[in-house]
Amino acid sequence: MKARTCWEAVCTVDDLVADSGIAVWTEDGPVAVFYLPRRLPALFAISHTDPFSGSNVLARGITGDINGEPVVASPLYKQHFSLRTGVCLEDDSARVKVYPVLLDGDQIRLEVPLAQAASVAA
Amino acid sequence: MREEYTMSKQTLIVIGNGMVGHHFLEQFSQSPAAEAYQVIVFGEEKQLAYDRVHLSEYFSGSSHADLAMGTADWYAEQGIDLHLNEPVTAIDRDNRVVTTPKGAYPYDQLVLATGSYPFVPPIAGNDQSGCFVYRTLDDLDAIQASAKGAKTGVVVGGGLLGLEAANALKSLGLQASVVEFAPRLMPVQLDDQGGALLRQKIEDLGVQVHTEKATTAIAPGENARLRMKFSDESFLETDLIVFSAGIRPQDTLARACGLEVGERGGIVINNQCTTSDPHIHAIGECALWNNFVFGLVAPGYTMARTLSAALNNDTSAAFTGADMSTKLKLLGVDVGSIGDAHAKTPGARNIRFHDEQIGHYRRMVVSQDGKTLLGAILVGDNSHYDTLLQYALNGIELPKNPEALILPESEGGAPALGADALPDTASICSCHNVTKGDICCAIDAGCSDLGGVKAETKASTGCGGCTALLKKVVDSELEKRGVEVCTDLCEHFSYTRQELFHLVKVNGIRTFRGLLEQHGQGDGCDICKPTVGSILATCWNEHILATDHVPLQDTNDTFMANMQKNGTYSIVPRIPGGEITPDKLIVLGEVAKEYDLYTKITGGQRVDLFGATLSQLPEIWEKLIAAGFETGHAYGKSLRTVKSCVGSTWCRYGVQDSVGMAITLEDRYKGLRAPHKVKMAVSGCTRECAEAQSKDFGVIATEKGWNLYVCGNGGMRPRHADLFATDLSDEELIRTIDRVVMFYVRTADRLQRTSVWMENLEGGLEYLKQVVLEDSLGIGEELEQHMADLVGTYQCEWKTAVEDPEKRKRFREFVNAPEQTDPVQQWTSERGQRRPVLESA
Repeated sequence: MKARTCWEAVCTVDDLVADSGIAVWTEDGPVAVFYLPRRLPALFAISHTDPFSGSNVLARGITGDINGEPVVASPLYKQHFSLRTGVCLEDDSARVKVYPVLLDGDQIRLEVPLAQAASVAA
Repeated sequence: MREEYTMSKQTLIVIGNGMVGHHFLEQFSQSPAAEAYQVIVFGEEKQLAYDRVHLSEYFSGSSHADLAMGTADWYAEQGIDLHLNEPVTAIDRDNRVVTTPKGAYPYDQLVLATGSYPFVPPIAGNDQSGCFVYRTLDDLDAIQASAKGAKTGVVVGGGLLGLEAANALKSLGLQASVVEFAPRLMPVQLDDQGGALLRQKIEDLGVQVHTEKATTAIAPGENARLRMKFSDESFLETDLIVFSAGIRPQDTLARACGLEVGERGGIVINNQCTTSDPHIHAIGECALWNNFVFGLVAPGYTMARTLSAALNNDTSAAFTGADMSTKLKLLGVDVGSIGDAHAKTPGARNIRFHDEQIGHYRRMVVSQDGKTLLGAILVGDNSHYDTLLQYALNGIELPKNPEALILPESEGGAPALGADALPDTASICSCHNVTKGDICCAIDAGCSDLGGVKAETKASTGCGGCTALLKKVVDSELEKRGVEVCTDLCEHFSYTRQELFHLVKVNGIRTFRGLLEQHGQGDGCDICKPTVGSILATCWNEHILATDHVPLQDTNDTFMANMQKNGTYSIVPRIPGGEITPDKLIVLGEVAKEYDLYTKITGGQRVDLFGATLSQLPEIWEKLIAAGFETGHAYGKSLRTVKSCVGSTWCRYGVQDSVGMAITLEDRYKGLRAPHKVKMAVSGCTRECAEAQSKDFGVIATEKGWNLYVCGNGGMRPRHADLFATDLSDEELIRTIDRVVMFYVRTADRLQRTSVWMENLEGGLEYLKQVVLEDSLGIGEELEQHMADLVGTYQCEWKTAVEDPEKRKRFREFVNAPEQTDPVQQWTSERGQRRPVLESA
């Protein structure tokens, strides 16, 4: 049974910073949204939580590519996380959650699981 | 169960704690035999062994700690029983016991490392007050005390040590003179032409030289404290006299106990450094080998190593003489002397080059067949020394036109001997006895760069004179092994940081994207982006949060604060020179209180406020800016602080206004983006309370101005800064720092502190001095101009940021939920302040 999800509007295009990330608060907790204008697709969303420190900091890392893979480097201990898969390049047992993301008009929407209460209500 | 038995250790006593005695202990305590011996050391002086070779630096800012060879902790760790300030008074060979004023100590093996004492010519009146010798720190303290209120000083003796002593008197601010009995200076090492040139250069520096003067008496003076009378009826008046007319082996104990000594002194030793008593050994300047006393430290070290090996039953260990070649800078003048400098070998021929215009003299002594170099003399320029020494020591066949080795080239430096031509036995570093073979072994064992070889072999970590040669050998050996040294910054740029700097500067590139499109590939990464961000900041000084530059910065630069482990930030406002008004201090307290920030004083004389959330940063900075604070750049690869002591304004010892200078420097260099962080400090006197010698740039006040030290480092790999220039005026100081800073910023690798940068510069400190002080590359003015441009375009990044609503948008913790706090940030209280809850994992 597929968990129920919704496409939550989290911010607008104006909130994005080119070649960098921003953090948003979602039904599923803190998420980092990256905008890499020279890539297709240009939008990526992964958990904002750095698995190595447990702190919410990934949106503040430096983006780039390693062997062509789009990545963000954790600002704390500098591990690289794939923006496509969430896998840590230095330690593939560590990974962060990846969220489908799309542009709807000027709204950025993330596909997040519905919270427990919302799920029951639906 | 096997029978366990213990055997009581034998006792090895070392008399004398000088450079050679200490070196012996270093060698011996690392050897297998160390297990079998309890070692006891007696030193006559109250200090631990120190570097006598650099004694004159004691007057230009070095303390005993700087000159010390080891520490009391090291002795304790080795289990060595150290007795300082406890002279041995007698040796009882029959019972194998040494006596001191405090007790009697039995020995199994005894090592005499008693060194030498200064020879004082038998001149009437040589023992009155104002007469000194130059050997120990106590001697120097006495000279320093006497120099107060004195104007002039004379050194008796124009040899190597005498000229060192003259330098010491000069740095005490005295008008110094040298009186030499022989017709020329440094008669042992130099010939007439060389001696005359050295004399001229020294006199140009304001030191008077009197040769062929035999002092007959010293009497009270009329216009100064003392009058020296000479055999030719002339006289010289002076306030103090330092005797430096040679050394004599300190063999008193050996004589008293009946050991064999030489006719003119010195304890007779064999090739294993053992005396006429098989239980007693002698090393260093007290020893007489083959009827010769070695008055240099390197042969003493060789004896120490030989003896250590012999005590380990190494039957091949033998001292077989030592090379007496020397390379020195005396009063700032290069002097070199190699091998048979006086052409005493039968049939020897000379090749001389003498340029009176620039004051360079070079003489080669070659064998009759012209194929080998026997000796050489250099005055005024030692750049040919290393090559000549390798030819002489290794008997390498000279080229067909040997004169090319000493003739000036139309451009570039002296012709260098290819590293390939050296045999494996060639000594590269004489301080630590490292041969080319040792370096090859280190490389085969896995060292893949210069730094690794240095750490492994200790090569070039003594006097540093061999740095350039070492680099050549390492490069050539790496190349031979097919190691291609990859200097690419990262996968996106096939260039070094220095090359990227040039590309940006020369092509006027102003954005990362522009550089990447023209000279790189891919999207960039967390290595190249901040590097290029720093280069762009140095070249064009645009705000680091200008739209194009935002994604380049490390998070600390992006948010202009230091990220802590729970994702909150710490804030360090600039407090130039550590000087702060009570009102500003109160503001810091009020802000900290309002936001419940953990408050701590930093090592750099500032206040660090911890625990601010991202969204609090702009509000906090608005308050700080309103109170007159600026950003402290604690987050940036840039100038952090200029630490200072309180200086002459308050301190009874201070000789300059160190706080004022620190503030000037901090205001000048604040905001400058560099390859790594840069720290500075200013001390108001030689007591060095600001710890300037541990900084990238350390300034220490002198009576006449400022001494500048460069490339020091605290942290993981501490390094004392090197003395770079002395007695600078305020303007000279700033100009010199401008040049070094800009040269560093332009040429260093990413994340390379000044210490490592300098060590990796080919030619090291000397090269840096040439570039900065002598402007050998002709870029001095350009470097100054570049610095002036940066100083002129400084802006407080935080002031610009809080005034710009677009930039402030970056400080939203969650862009869609301003009220949402970060649930990970949990707090508790400790010692009256808030701190993060630590994960038990």
